[in-house]
Amino acid sequence: MTETVSAPKMSAHDVKVFYGDKQAIKGVSIDIDMDNVVAFIGPSGCGKSTFLRTLNRMNDTIPTARVEGDITLDGENIYSSKMDVVQLRARVGMVFQKPNPFPKSIYDNVAYGPRIHGLAPNKAELDQIVENSLVRAGLWNEVKDRLSESGTALSGGQQQRLCIARAIAVDPEVILMDEPCSALDPIATAKIEELIHELRGRYAIVIVTHNMQQAARVSQKTAFFHLGTMVEYGDTSDIFTNPREERTRDYITGRYG
Amino acid sequence: MNHSQNEHTLKAFDGDLITLRGLIAEIGGRAEKAVEGAMTALATNDLDLARQVVEGDKRIDALEEQIDRMVIQTIALRAPMADDLRELVAALKISGVVERIGDYAKNIAKRVALIDADQHIEAARLLPAMADATRQLVDDAFTAFARRDADLAVAVCAQDKTVDDFYNSIFRALIAHMIENPEHVGAGTHLLFIAKNLERIGDHATNVSEMVYFAVTGQSMNERERGDDALAPDTDRSGAS
Ligand SMILES: Nc1ncnc2c1ncn2[C@@H]1O[C@H](COP(=O)(O)OP(=O)(O)OP(=O)(O)O)[C@@H](O)[C@H]1O
Ligand SMILES: [Mg+2]
Repeated sequence: MTETVSAPKMSAHDVKVFYGDKQAIKGVSIDIDMDNVVAFIGPSGCGKSTFLRTLNRMNDTIPTARVEGDITLDGENIYSSKMDVVQLRARVGMVFQKPNPFPKSIYDNVAYGPRIHGLAPNKAELDQIVENSLVRAGLWNEVKDRLSESGTALSGGQQQRLCIARAIAVDPEVILMDEPCSALDPIATAKIEELIHELRGRYAIVIVTHNMQQAARVSQKTAFFHLGTMVEYGDTSDIFTNPREERTRDYITGRYG
Repeated sequence: MNHSQNEHTLKAFDGDLITLRGLIAEIGGRAEKAVEGAMTALATNDLDLARQVVEGDKRIDALEEQIDRMVIQTIALRAPMADDLRELVAALKISGVVERIGDYAKNIAKRVALIDADQHIEAARLLPAMADATRQLVDDAFTAFARRDADLAVAVCAQDKTVDDFYNSIFRALIAHMIENPEHVGAGTHLLFIAKNLERIGDHATNVSEMVYFAVTGQSMNERERGDDALAPDTDRSGAS
């Protein structure tokens, strides 16, 4: 059912990440395809965020961080010197734990990316992109009459959907989400989860979550990380009913440490 | 992968599971006792004992309800995963199955008073041995649950064949006897139903074992690897039901 025949959208091979001389990721290989939402789970500090950030080179912004191994997007090495990092981050968008809208209008928050990437030649097309992105992020009806208000004036859940709209606006291929719902109430969380369902297939999606039920609800594949390694990667339904590895089992059944 | 020896970080969850295992052990023990009591009452024509078995079934029904409530509550409050989830689902199914075992035992006990104790029916002489084999199956099935023993669960399913074979011979012998002794048709029919009840109890013991196997391994018994199939349950129950 979750079997895929297409080539993986992203592929990581033997990825290692160091902060100074401390190794945070110890050789992780994984394929990410368009058809399945992938959830990363694991105890705090196991390296989920660190590994996620390697997928769009966000670790480049951390001076001490060093990444080894191969990561490809459509077969192309994203760490090659030919790769335009700004372009890469448009293709592989990211949504963070804390909603971080710019202190600008709702409209400008979404229009920002398309503008700097030159995706809209005129105002009418930019309007269209903004509307489409907000519709897809499930926020349009709530904000269409107040697009000029500040993005920071929205509720937390709305801000997070605004950030998703912002990520979508540049027409990415992959969306990375790092605990996108941890600051949201159950209703706002349900809206984001519903959104993830709707975005599935159009984008490759990876989500880091501490909420096991959330991983079970939104993903088709789950990767369990522990102490910088990926212990188990498989169909979400298998991982949560019959994991192969003892460490996975102990973690998801609440027997960890 | 063996069942985890580690405790849950949330200790209350372990407490819930221990309580639940205790309830399953109790309901299983009571069902086994009911089968034993019903058959002893039959062998000794002890109407008091038969009444006790019928009465005792209420306790089994109450336990079933208690287990169901506890499983549902635990699933709702603890959001169990993996082994824990499988064990809870198994517990829910087992409690339903064991309640049926209790009903069959009660049904046997009710027939004790209806059988004319003076009529000796030689054709039913295998019935105590069949009852023993059946009671042992029930006992083993619940031991398998308590020990999380998948091998024992598989053995129970294989042993069910013995009970089926008993049933087939008793069935034939009783029918032949009733044809020759029409005055025994009343008692003979009761004995036939009793044998049938035991055969059904054996089937339910295998159901319990199948749930144990699933809870322990995460696989259904039918999808076990071919090759270790020497002990596989006989699916062909020719003539038995
Ligand atoms: N900027 C940094 N500099 C140095 N070490 C870091 C840095 N960021 C993370 N680490 C270390 O790398 C390891 C992995 O951290 P990471 O943030 O990836 O974990 P995580 O799985 O995302 O945890 P959490 O679930 O708490 O978000 C940790 O030991 C952490 O201390
Ligand atoms: Mg993190």
